[in-house]
Amino acid sequence: MTVALVSVLQGFLASIGRTVLGLCQVTGALSLFAGAGVSHVFRPPFFWREFTAQLLRIGYFSLPVVGMTALFTGAALALQIYAGGARFNAESVVPSIVAIGITRELGPVLGGLMVAGRVSASVAAEIGTMRVTEQIDALTTLSTNPYKYLVAPRLAAATLALPALVFIGDVIGIMGGFLVGVGRLDFNAGSYMANTIDFLEVGDVTSGLIKAAVFGFIIALMGCYHGYNSGRGAQGVGRATTNAVVSASILILASNYVMTEFFFVGA
Amino acid sequence: MQTPRIELAGVRKSFADNHVLRGVDLKVPKGGSMVVIGGSGTGKSITLKCVIGLVRPDAGVVRLDGKDVTHARGAARDAVLDRFGMLFQGGALFDSLPVWRNVAFRLLQGKRRKSAEEARAIAIDKLRRVGLGPETADSFPAELSGGMQKRVGLARAIAAEPEIIFFDEPTTGLDPIMADVINDLIREIVVEMGATAMTITHDMTSVRKIADEVAMLHEGVIQWCGPVGDLDDSGNPYVDQFIHGRATGPIAALR
Repeated sequence: MTVALVSVLQGFLASIGRTVLGLCQVTGALSLFAGAGVSHVFRPPFFWREFTAQLLRIGYFSLPVVGMTALFTGAALALQIYAGGARFNAESVVPSIVAIGITRELGPVLGGLMVAGRVSASVAAEIGTMRVTEQIDALTTLSTNPYKYLVAPRLAAATLALPALVFIGDVIGIMGGFLVGVGRLDFNAGSYMANTIDFLEVGDVTSGLIKAAVFGFIIALMGCYHGYNSGRGAQGVGRATTNAVVSASILILASNYVMTEFFFVGA
Repeated sequence: MQTPRIELAGVRKSFADNHVLRGVDLKVPKGGSMVVIGGSGTGKSITLKCVIGLVRPDAGVVRLDGKDVTHARGAARDAVLDRFGMLFQGGALFDSLPVWRNVAFRLLQGKRRKSAEEARAIAIDKLRRVGLGPETADSFPAELSGGMQKRVGLARAIAAEPEIIFFDEPTTGLDPIMADVINDLIREIVVEMGATAMTITHDMTSVRKIADEVAMLHEGVIQWCGPVGDLDDSGNPYVDQFIHGRATGPIAALR
């Protein structure tokens, strides 16, 4: 009886140990990967063609997704704040809360999550397929460092593109609130805009854009890391794609909390 | 005796408990064409990847012209890689680039960087050399047949006129006629360029067409190595079983 209990306990502890070791291993591998990728962003030669292509792919082609997300989020937020504010006779706060909510939190987070779904998956699938079909090996034999050619342009492009996307998303989100406020909630157009501008501070916008840059880095890093370390075959690439989206989404939410704490509570 | 262009001495490589290479010794003379044969999963590709540095051996030495390059890094590794061209089994063409950019990839960056016009002209010339017309240049790899992709891969491998060319299963997946065309091309190009070639294959027709020397890899070691002319009289039971495709013999066949 005692022996059996010890054996079960040992098995339990061993499984915890294995999980912790696995986590340490992944963290270490990811850190090394990120370090190598970032170092190649700043070291020549630079693959401008690749960088521009990624900027278009990650930034420009994500615009419809981010724009639609922001528009409907802004609109829904206006309705919610109006309904919630009515309990305290504070309906007039709709413009300012929509603006602050969108720029500080919902714009970067929802925009980041939408882009994570779109870009992390496609980057992981593309690089994973390149791994499986030996294209990454071919790059090496052609005297081209895969980190420099594949990882660095994606990291740089996503880190720069996300703030631009989120800024546009902020404007569209505020417009979504404006349209609902004026069209549905009978706000005066001029006073709605004046309220928005009066209450919005530069820090509200810049904090969101800094968050967006971090999210962009996370999205590209997760896509590249999981794709680069993809297993063999279609199943391996499929798993890499799923892992990229899931890990990017979780890291976006976790890092958002840390940055919110830093920007608005710790400061 | 002339220093071999490529030399492997006691090269070992394991993946967890799978001991793929258990001490490979092999010499390829300058300008020679060595073909490594062996069953699936015997470590032929790993041997090639150890030479080119895609896989780092656990033990042993890889020498190029007598110089140890086993652990070459940075600029030294780039210098080594500049001497190689490689045709991959599946072509490994970059899907996102048109054919001419695939072929001229190496010429569009690095020390030997050329203008896009110049690189394109060289790419079209190399495509012509492997039997493809200039109209192929702007196609994308996905638009080409398997045989055409192999030819583009071959054009890419020779574009920078390397001293050493590796061919990983060059005829796998091709019909016998196309396989023969590729074999002829490989032989012609290697002779024409004076390059040193190392090929891995199961295809005995390829072996007889391409090889000057043949090495038989089994159980992680070279079981036999000799001129292609001696292949049929090697007296080696592994070689005999392999070249005649017998199910019975020292090489265990899974049923």
